[in-house]
Amino acid sequence: MGKNIIEKVWDNHIVYEESGKPDLLFIDLHLVHEVTSPQAFEGLRLNNRQVRRPDLTFATMDHNVPTQNLPVINDPIAKKQITTLADNCKEFGVELADMGHPDQGIVHVIGPQLGLTQPGKTIVCGDSHTSTHGAFGAIAFGIGTSEVEHVLSTQTLWQNKPKTMEVRVEGELGFGVAAKDIILAIIAKFGIDMGTGHIVEFTGDAIHKLSMEERMTICNMSIEAGAKAGLISPDQITVDYIKGRKFAPADQFDEAAAYWLSLASDADATYDEVRIIQAADIEPIVTWGTNPSMGVGVSQTVPTAADFTEESDKQALEKALTYMDLEAGTPITDIAIQHVFIGSCTNSRLHDLRAAASVIQGQKVHEGVRAIVVPGSYSVKQQAEAEGLDKVFLEAGFEWRESGCSMCLAMNEDVVPAGERCASTSNRNFEGRQGAGSRTHLVSPPMAAAAAIAGHFVDVREIMKASV
Amino acid sequence: MKPINQVTSVLTPLNRKNVDTDQIISKEFLKRIERTGFGQYVFYHWRFDAEGNPIEDFVLNQPQYKGSSILVAHDNFGCGSSREHAPWAILDYGFNVVIAPSYADIFHNNCFKNGILPIELSVSEVEEILATAEANATTATVSLEHQTVTVGDKVYHFDIDAYYKETLLNGWDEISLTIQYDEHIKKYEQRRTVFA
Repeated sequence: MGKNIIEKVWDNHIVYEESGKPDLLFIDLHLVHEVTSPQAFEGLRLNNRQVRRPDLTFATMDHNVPTQNLPVINDPIAKKQITTLADNCKEFGVELADMGHPDQGIVHVIGPQLGLTQPGKTIVCGDSHTSTHGAFGAIAFGIGTSEVEHVLSTQTLWQNKPKTMEVRVEGELGFGVAAKDIILAIIAKFGIDMGTGHIVEFTGDAIHKLSMEERMTICNMSIEAGAKAGLISPDQITVDYIKGRKFAPADQFDEAAAYWLSLASDADATYDEVRIIQAADIEPIVTWGTNPSMGVGVSQTVPTAADFTEESDKQALEKALTYMDLEAGTPITDIAIQHVFIGSCTNSRLHDLRAAASVIQGQKVHEGVRAIVVPGSYSVKQQAEAEGLDKVFLEAGFEWRESGCSMCLAMNEDVVPAGERCASTSNRNFEGRQGAGSRTHLVSPPMAAAAAIAGHFVDVREIMKASV
Repeated sequence: MKPINQVTSVLTPLNRKNVDTDQIISKEFLKRIERTGFGQYVFYHWRFDAEGNPIEDFVLNQPQYKGSSILVAHDNFGCGSSREHAPWAILDYGFNVVIAPSYADIFHNNCFKNGILPIELSVSEVEEILATAEANATTATVSLEHQTVTVGDKVYHFDIDAYYKETLLNGWDEISLTIQYDEHIKKYEQRRTVFA
């Protein structure tokens, strides 16, 4: 019987196994950022321990960094966290893409961009969206700070082998439907705990036709489906993306590529669970509630209690609608927004910025809407500017910022005020996520840009059709 | 971390599904560089209104649950962000046992690194305990050694991975344990696949 990629990569990384114990797994790449690492480095110092493999560790600043008026950091506590990471990297010999460094950016944008992310690797970071790197066929998952310390010290983790799940996206995606819509549709259909205890492999024609940047959007939000990790078997698109990048294999590239392709799931591989969704059924999605599974197609309406059978779901609906200040049954396109955020580790890459810019077409941001674009990395920003995308956004009235996590979690100054509504390309619509009392609607980059122009949600497919 | 075995305390019922770590500890409190001091911020926006006044009907503000060490919640507790600040905040506030039908993976893992016992019971068992604890302040006893939760004359049994049970009972530091496997790690490093 064949093996799936999850089994192949897992088995390749077992340092030690014993029945009754989790497996001791080797970690090939450890990405570090300022928010979840200070206590881990402090732990090393207190116990007189070293970073075992600085060569497999890479750090950047993203969660706290300001996205304008660099390098001034007004928040003294944020500044302390940022300088603490710089000091820790220096003390322990870890390579750092500091603020202002050409490799700086959101940790899940720069890993792939630099060629650090490769098929077959185990990749961890103290951030749940580490699943992004699974787009390359890596087992990549978020860990807590104690585990960050454990990896720094031993380059390993004790892990129970998760179950495996295939999520197959069959058929062809409709016109104007984005990768973001695929993953939001999967979460809406199967729930935010679909993947608990599992690593998910996304399969099917609709997945393998996607570019690497689109695949990253899908895998990024595996955690919003509760999965330990999400990945996609490598193919030629994966190999072509990696070639020539800063940390990609050079002399042995062909050998590496052959190895990577051999990791793809075998044709007769099986999984503990299988979920199937038809690509043709997916339309652009807008979330209406306070968790990422609370989403519907843009042509639909905010659900009513009659749409749910379980009492706890009816209660969750009521709580969510109260928080979101929405009436059940409201058409999605009637929902007006005051903020637009295009950015985050989900949707801040060049493809996302191009897709958003393409629906603006010389129009202006609607009166009363504040719209910001935050490129995922310094390099994405440079490339976008070389193509003139910054001018498209600026002329339309968007703000064009420096890279960072920004308004996705609003740890820096980019905050949605209480009671106001944001069309956001990020990954979480939890209560208060973008600022205390803020109301988040998750959408794709073209849907966010179209909402910025209209002042409310619109079906971006109509705009795209008009321009074809 | 502190060993944990038997805990007797009043139960705090938090009858919500999908409680995410953003609610447990909001991002404005993640900028500290220490592991301690997060308890004052736990469930901050559910405990306090915009002016900082306590919201009286939130369970943590109700006097009969003060001093509780056992939090009872519903499905998929701790979903979302990997922030270990969430278990740090829960522990620092005073809880070292959580009872729920299911947990998000990263939060579940983080509990074991901090001396918090995350107990899984069936949905019907948890709903029974929630109903009892919501009706009246109810004291329960948890025994990790015997894998039981005793509420009045009812005894609930729970399963736990043997490895994590031993870790919690002994309060072991996992890194010290792993260092004993250094020879295995070195051997692996010699045989692992690397391309230049």
